[in-house]
Amino acid sequence: MRGDSTVGSPLPKRKGVIMDNNVVLTMRGICMTFPGVKALDHVDFTLRKGEIHALMGENGAGKSTLIKCLTGINAFEAGEIRVDGIDGPVVNHSTLDAQKKGISTVYQEVNLCPNLSVAENLFIGREPKTKIGTIDWKTMVRKSQKIMQDLDMDIDVTQNLEEYSLALQQMIAIARAVDMDCKVLILDEPTSSLDDNEVAKLFKLMNQLKDKGVGIVFVTHFLEQVYAVCDRITVLRDGQLVGEYPIEDLPRVKLVAAMMGKDFDDLASIKSDESPVFTDEDILIDAEGMSHRGTIKPFNLQIHKGEVVGLTGLLGSGRSELARVIYGADRNQTGTLKVKGKEVKINAPIDAMKLGMGLLPDDRKAEGIIGDLSVRENIILALQAKRGMFRLLPMSKQIELADKYIDMLQIKTASRETLIKQLSGGNQQKVILGRWLATDPDFLILDEPTRGIDIGTKTEIQKLVLKLAKEGKGIIFISSEIEEMLRTCTKMAVLRDGAKVGEITESLSQETVMKAIAGGDK
Amino acid sequence: MKKKKMNSNTLLLLITIVLFVVMYAAGCVVYASKGFTHLQTFLNILINNAGLLCVACGMTCIMLTGGIDISVGALIAMDCMFLAVGMERWGMSAPLLCLLVLIIGILFGFVQGFCVGYLEIQPFIVTMAGMFFARGMTAVISTDQVSISTNEFFVNLANFKIELPFGSYVNSKGVEQIPFIRITVIIALIVLVAIFLMLRYTKFGRSLYAVGGNETSATMMGLDVKKTKLKAYMLSSFICSIGGICYCLNTMSGSVQQATGLEMDAISSAVIGGTLLTGGVGNVIGSFFGVLINGTISTLVKTNGKLLSSWSSIAVAALLCFFIVLQSIFAKIKDSKK
Amino acid sequence: MDKLKKITGKQLFLPIFCMFLVMAANIIYDVACGNFALNFFTISIRNGVLYGRLIDILNRGSEIAILAIGMTLVVSASAGTDISVGSVMSLAASFCCMLLAGYGVSSTTDLAVPLLVGVLGGILMGCVCGAFNGTLVAYLNVQPMVATLILYSAARAIGLLLCNNLIVYVRNDSFKFFGGYLGFIPTPIVIAAVCVVVMALLLKKTALGLYVQSVGINKKASRIAGLNSSKIIFVCYLVCGLMAGISGIVASSRISSADSNNIGLNYEMDAILAVALGGNSLGGGKFSLAGSIIGAYTIQAITTTLYALGVSTDVAPVFKAIIVIVIVMIQAPPFKAYMKRRAARKALAKGGAAA
Repeated sequence: MRGDSTVGSPLPKRKGVIMDNNVVLTMRGICMTFPGVKALDHVDFTLRKGEIHALMGENGAGKSTLIKCLTGINAFEAGEIRVDGIDGPVVNHSTLDAQKKGISTVYQEVNLCPNLSVAENLFIGREPKTKIGTIDWKTMVRKSQKIMQDLDMDIDVTQNLEEYSLALQQMIAIARAVDMDCKVLILDEPTSSLDDNEVAKLFKLMNQLKDKGVGIVFVTHFLEQVYAVCDRITVLRDGQLVGEYPIEDLPRVKLVAAMMGKDFDDLASIKSDESPVFTDEDILIDAEGMSHRGTIKPFNLQIHKGEVVGLTGLLGSGRSELARVIYGADRNQTGTLKVKGKEVKINAPIDAMKLGMGLLPDDRKAEGIIGDLSVRENIILALQAKRGMFRLLPMSKQIELADKYIDMLQIKTASRETLIKQLSGGNQQKVILGRWLATDPDFLILDEPTRGIDIGTKTEIQKLVLKLAKEGKGIIFISSEIEEMLRTCTKMAVLRDGAKVGEITESLSQETVMKAIAGGDK
Repeated sequence: MKKKKMNSNTLLLLITIVLFVVMYAAGCVVYASKGFTHLQTFLNILINNAGLLCVACGMTCIMLTGGIDISVGALIAMDCMFLAVGMERWGMSAPLLCLLVLIIGILFGFVQGFCVGYLEIQPFIVTMAGMFFARGMTAVISTDQVSISTNEFFVNLANFKIELPFGSYVNSKGVEQIPFIRITVIIALIVLVAIFLMLRYTKFGRSLYAVGGNETSATMMGLDVKKTKLKAYMLSSFICSIGGICYCLNTMSGSVQQATGLEMDAISSAVIGGTLLTGGVGNVIGSFFGVLINGTISTLVKTNGKLLSSWSSIAVAALLCFFIVLQSIFAKIKDSKK
Repeated sequence: MDKLKKITGKQLFLPIFCMFLVMAANIIYDVACGNFALNFFTISIRNGVLYGRLIDILNRGSEIAILAIGMTLVVSASAGTDISVGSVMSLAASFCCMLLAGYGVSSTTDLAVPLLVGVLGGILMGCVCGAFNGTLVAYLNVQPMVATLILYSAARAIGLLLCNNLIVYVRNDSFKFFGGYLGFIPTPIVIAAVCVVVMALLLKKTALGLYVQSVGINKKASRIAGLNSSKIIFVCYLVCGLMAGISGIVASSRISSADSNNIGLNYEMDAILAVALGGNSLGGGKFSLAGSIIGAYTIQAITTTLYALGVSTDVAPVFKAIIVIVIVMIQAPPFKAYMKRRAARKALAKGGAAA
C-alpha cells in the first residue's frame, strides 16, 4: 500500500533505459543510504527536453538527496544516470563535474559570493580572457549587462552582490545557471525568498528556457506554483518512487494524497465557526506607536487572550519585523508596549520572555536551532535562560520536559540526546515549538511556523495553534499562505511597505485579504 | 546606470592612506631638525621593511581566503639561518642557496596548504605547527648567531645602492647626500605589483576572493576550493621566502630568535590596510600602507630617541585597535541599513 | 570491534591515548638506558618535598592548565582563540612585581605593599585585559584573533613600561610561595587544581556550560531564546584574562621576578594546543574541560620527555610540531572518512573472497 490506489495509476509506458531523442536525463534504480536510513530506494526519474518537471514529496521524502546524487554532492550506491549526448552511465563527483555535463543547479540559499561584483558572480570559473590570459573585465561587464538586460533587470553589474536584495541575488544565481548552456536546470526551492512579482518573472524565464529545449527540474513546496508552470510531476515518498504523472492527470487533492500516502484531514474544518468575543479586560498585548527605524513604521496592535492574530503582507512588508519589535529581537525605538495593562520596557528578548512571550523565528536554521546541541538541550534552553544561569534545571526535570514535548508534539527523533541538526526540518520546528511551550508562555509569536514543512505536519501545527488559543494564550501567526491564516486566525493585520495599513476582523476571506494586501490603488 | 557608490572598504583604505600621510607630515613638522623631511627617511622605511612588505603581501592573499599564516616569522628565521650557515660554514654559492630557500618555501607551503585545504585542519593550528617546526629547524641548523661576511656576492648585493637622480641634499658637513634604495626594495615592490595584478587579473586571484567570500558558494560555482587554498599557502610561503632573502640582505645574519613576532606585524599591517580576517575583503595596496604606517611609527619613536622602543609596539597596537573599532562601526552601519 | 569503536569514538579517547603514548615513550627510554623501567612514575620525597618526573610535569604544566581553562571557554563561546594570554601573563607579572617593589626599583627583598595587594593587583590586571578583549569581541563584533592581537603586541610592551624597561626582582620568601611549595606539594599544582575544581563545579552546578555552548554554536538563536550572547562571550574573555593573571603570578613567583620579555612566551600557543588536543573544535561549540586539562598536561609531558631525552630547548619545537600535526590529522574529518572508506573496501574484499 503506497497510496497508489487513491491516485491515477502511473504512466503505463515507462521510457526504456535506452535514451530516446526526446529524453535529456534518466536516472534508474538510484539507491542511497544515510546511517540508519534508506534515503533513496531504487528511484527512477526521467526528464525530457523542453519540459518543466516538478519533483514533489514531503520533507525527508528524498527530493534533495536525489538531486544531490545527480549533482555529485552525494555519492549513490546503486543505479545509473544517463545524460543526453554522453555515452555510458554518468557519475558526477562534484557540482563542477555536473556543470560540465550541462547540469546546472540553483539552490534555495543563494550560492554566490556576496563580496564579488554581480558580473564576477555571473562569470567566475569561466571568466573571459584577454590574449595574454588575464581576466578581461571589459568584456565580462559588457556580457553581464547584456544577460541582465535580457532578463529585464536593470542593475549595475559592477556593484558587489551584497548590495542587492535576496530576491535579486536569487535571480542572478538563476541567470548564472542559465547562461552556462545547460541542458538540465535544477531549481531547488528557488521561490521561497521571492515575492509574487519576482516569481512571475522567474516563471517567464522558465518558460523561455523551456522553449529553448532545456529540461527543468522544479522542486517547491508551493502547490499553486507547480500547477502554474509544470508539465509533469514525479512524486517521492519515504525514499521511494510513488509515480510520474502528467500534470493534467493529477489534480491537487490527488497530488497531496500521493505525497502523504493517505487522504489528509479536511483542513478547512479544524476551526470552529463561532468567533469568540473579546473584552478589554482580556487585552494581553497593547502596542502603541512602536517602531524600528528602517524596518517597521510606528504601529498600534492589540491582542487579546485566546486570540490568534495573523500578520499578512507581501514578503518584506514588515510582518516579521513588527513581531520582532514587540518581542524585543529588534529594539523598539518609539511608542510604548503594555503587557496585561502594565507598561513595560523590553531591551532584549529575555525581558520579553520574562513577561511571558515567546518567538518562533522564521529563519529556523539561523535563529532557531542550536545545531550541535541535543533535542533535550534545545527544548530546555529557553526555560533555563528564563531561570538564570545559577538555577540549573535538575537533569531529571530536563529529561521529563524533553520527553513530554517529544511525546506531545510527536517529534520523530532517535532519542532525546540526538543532535537536533540530525532531525528533519519539520521535526526541528517542532522542537523549537516545544522549547517555547516549555516556558509556558502567555503570548506566542509564530513566524512562518510551517515554512518548508510537509502538509501533515502543517495541519498538526495549525491544530496546535488553535488549541493553545483555546487555553487562553494570545498568538501572532505569520505565514505566506493566506489559506493557512484563514484557517487559524480570528483577526488579521495587514502590512504594506513596512507599515501596518489595516486590520480585518470580519468576513475574513481570501479575497478580502488579498485586496487589503494589494492596497486600494491597485 | 547608477553612479558608483563608495563602499565602506574603499573608505577604510582611504582612511589608512590619509592617516599615513598625516602621520608622516606630522613627523616632518615635529622632527624637521632631525632630518625627518629628507627623502632618505622615507626610503629607509622602505629598506627596513622590505621583508615585511613581502610577507604582508603573502599574508593578505591567505587572509583573503579566510585563513591565517602565523608561520611566516619562523620561516624567515629558518631562511636566514639557512642562508647564513650555507654561506659561512658550508661555503655554498649565494644564488644556489637563494634558489634552495625558495624551493624550501614552496615545499613548506605545500605541506601547510595540503593540511588546510585537503585535510580541512584549521589554518591557525596548521601554521602554528609550521611555526614550531620552522623555529625548531632553525635551531637544528645552528643555535649560534651566524653573521654573513665572507660571501662576496651576497655582501655586495646587500651593500649595492641604487641612487636616485633626485631629492639629493647637502648635509651639515657639506657633503652631498644622494638618496638611495637597496635591491631589497626593488624586489619587494616587484612582489607587491605582481600580487596586485594577480589578485585583479587572474582567475586564481579572483578565486581567492570567492573562497573567502563564501566557501560553499565557491564550491557550488565550480571552483576547486581545496586546490585554491593549497595554492594560496604555497604562494604565501614562497613570497615569504623571498621576504626572507630580503630580510637576510638587511640583517646579514641568522639567529634562532630572528623575526619573532613578524607574523603579527604582517597581520596588523594587513588589518590596518583594510583586509578582513573573515576573508573576501582586502587588497595589497592597503597592506602596503599598513606596512608603511608600521615603519613610520617605529621611525618616529627612534627619531625621538628618548622614548622606549616599547612605545612603538604600543602605538601600533593602539592604531590597530582604532582601525578595528572603525571597521566594526562600518559593519554595524551596513547591517542597520539592511 | 563495535566496543573498540565506541571507545575510540569518545572525545576524551585521543588526549588520553596521547598521554599513554608519552608515558610509553618514557618507559622505553628508561629501559633502553638501563634505568628502572617505571622511573617516570616514581614519586619520592626529597628534602621534604615531592620529587619525580610525574610531579615535575604536573608542576610545570600548571600554567598551561590554568590558561587552558579560560581558553576552552573562549574557544567554545566565540569560535576564536585568545592569542594575548601569554602577553597578559607577562603584564600581570610585571604589574604585580612593580607594585611589590615600587616603580623604578629593579631589585628588592622588602615588599613595598602587602603581598596580597600586589598579587590581587596582578590578577586584576589580567581581568582588565580580559575585559578589554571581551568588549572588542562581544560588543564590537571584532574577530577574536584580531581583537586579541592588540594586547598580544601591546601587553608585553606596557609591562616593560611599568617596569621602566628593567627586570624587576622580588626576592622575598612570601612571594616565592606561589611558585614554591605548600607543605610538600608544589603550590602551582594546588593552584591549578583549585582553578580546575572551581570551574568544574561551575559547569556542573550552573547552566554556564549550556549557555557557553549555545552561544558558541548559534549566537543569534541563543539571543532569541533569551540568552545575552554578548554578555556570555564577554564573561568568557574575562575568565580567560583572570586565568592569564593567575598563571602570570605563578610564573613570576617561580623566578621571583618579572621578566617582561620572557614570561609566558609562546604560552598562548600551548594553551590553544591544549584545547585542540583535548578534542575540542577550534570552530567553537561543544567543549570538554577535562579534555583541555589532559591536553595541557600532555603537552607538558611531551616537553619534559623531550628534555629528558636530551633534546635542546630550541630544537624541541620541531618534535612538538610533528606531534601536533599527527594528532590533528588523525582527528581531521577527511582523514577519518578516508580510513572508513579503506576499511569498507577491505571488508568488501573479505566478503567477496568468502562468497
